[in-house]
Amino acid sequence: MVDFGFGLVPSSRINLDLFDKGKYEELAALEPDVRICMACGSCTAVCTAGKFEPTSLREAIEDIKNARADKALQMLEPCQLCGKCSMVCPRGINTRHLILSINKIYSEK
Amino acid sequence: MKNNILIIGGGPAGLEASAQLQRMGYNVILIERSPKLGGHLAKWDRLFPDRVPADEVLRSLLDATEGVKCFTDTDIRAINRLDKSYNVRLTNGITVLSDAVLVASGFDLFNAVRKEEYGYGIYNQVMTNADLEAYFRTGEDRRIENPRKVGFVHCVGSRDEKAGCRSCSKVCCATAVKQAIEMKQAFPEAEVFCFYMDLRLFGRHYEDLYLEAQKEYGVRFIRGRVAEVSENFDGTLLVKAEDTVASKPLKVTLDLLVLMAGMRPSASGKALGELLGMNVEDDGYFAVRSGIAAGQRSQQPGIFLAGAATGPKTLPETLADARAAAMEVDRYLTEVFPDARNYKQLVKERW
Ligand SMILES: Cc1cc2nc3c(=O)[nH]c(=O)nc-3n(C[C@H](O)[C@H](O)[C@H](O)COP(=O)(O)OP(=O)(O)OC[C@H]3O[C@@H](n4cnc5c(N)ncnc54)[C@H](O)[C@@H]3O)c2cc1C
Ligand code: SF4
Ligand code: SF4
Ligand code: SF4
Repeated sequence: MVDFGFGLVPSSRINLDLFDKGKYEELAALEPDVRICMACGSCTAVCTAGKFEPTSLREAIEDIKNARADKALQMLEPCQLCGKCSMVCPRGINTRHLILSINKIYSEK
Repeated sequence: MKNNILIIGGGPAGLEASAQLQRMGYNVILIERSPKLGGHLAKWDRLFPDRVPADEVLRSLLDATEGVKCFTDTDIRAINRLDKSYNVRLTNGITVLSDAVLVASGFDLFNAVRKEEYGYGIYNQVMTNADLEAYFRTGEDRRIENPRKVGFVHCVGSRDEKAGCRSCSKVCCATAVKQAIEMKQAFPEAEVFCFYMDLRLFGRHYEDLYLEAQKEYGVRFIRGRVAEVSENFDGTLLVKAEDTVASKPLKVTLDLLVLMAGMRPSASGKALGELLGMNVEDDGYFAVRSGIAAGQRSQQPGIFLAGAATGPKTLPETLADARAAAMEVDRYLTEVFPDARNYKQLVKERW
């Protein structure tokens, strides 16, 4: 191929038409609490892993809902399952359990 | 002596104040410019936060007004301030001598056609909150036929300087969340999205409604104002916003878009205000005499205000305001009126 000196970058726009409803419902059946996150960011603020590597449960939940489960898994990879986030979540989400379920459902190809 | 009191506007505020003043022994005359009593309440199906039928609430308001003289299809033609009362000529030819006047002229729904970028009146699949209430009441609307993806747009005509309204309409976040739930109840397979800038769910039980919408109905809340809507060849809508939580532009194809048109000052209230010489504030709603302490007195002696005429209010707030206005009217009439000789002095001291 001819090198024009630039490449094409995939669009970073969120396209909700690509959202996989079936898979999300699978997750929600296992982990209904994924629905009630209100994106407050408390989990991300206290995250122990987040001090060293980008880690954010808030963002991971967003990513899943925005049809970017691949990014969600990346966001949760550094997680140590320390459980600090579950202590601060105002909705009382069992965050560690949720993180494990996200990995379980979305790692399956 | 039974004083005459004229109440202008037969919505929830006017009805509730009529019932209260009637019970206190006053002679109440209620006028409503449209053919029907009930104001906006008569257009709603079920009410937030508990989703009680609007008709039930309206019926109990109407039942309590027994004995009140009601004129529908009636507006004010002219009004003169006499020494101690108002001489009011109605459009039905009747003249009323009234010792106090209560203005309960309510609000108008924002005309969503003016937000052209949302395509109301241009694209087939765009409707308003009021249209959706009408659908829930009648089960009929050509736009609704088993929708699979539905969006709700918050703050339409509110919090929008370009639409001429800086303020928040207060009722539309709760209405959007309520209607999103009702949509999921009607069409369980549908995906429902709410596009908001802030969720203003301030009232008692409102937050419960929000949690219910997320938890039981899986409504997706996206923080970002819908910026642009266009129509696809097949009649579906392409909606663009920024997901400001994710800091990314977002697009989604929907087959129904519901606009949360906000509350604006009533146009017929404005005309009435001009007849009565009443001031409005920058936001277009009537000014009350002195902020917090005298919330239901206008700047004109003997003229009182209640309900959405002084700014967006929920129904419970409207009713509480109407009861407070009734108390204020009663205080005014009993303090000032019996002593006709000192009337002017007393008004000066007490208003
Ligand atoms: C989409 C939407 C949904 C809502 N849903 C809810 C809900 O679920 N729960 C809740 O608590 N609240 C709800 N509200 C708020 C509720 O509708 C208002 O609080 C209430 O209607 C205000 O009552 P009002 O009497 O002040 O005004 P209105 O209801 O506007 O009534 C005013 C009346 O005065 C009449 N009038 C005006 N000018 C004149 C004149 N010059 N002469 C004679 N008559 C005149 C009008 O014709 C009208 O009948 C909702 C509001 C909106 C916009
Ligand atoms: S459990 Fe994981 S995501 Fe939560 S605070 Fe600990 S490291 Fe962060
Ligand atoms: S703390 Fe809880 S509610 Fe807040 S963003 Fe994290 S998961 Fe969501
Ligand atoms: S109540 Fe909600 S939707 Fe209505 S104007 Fe205020 S913020 Fe916007």
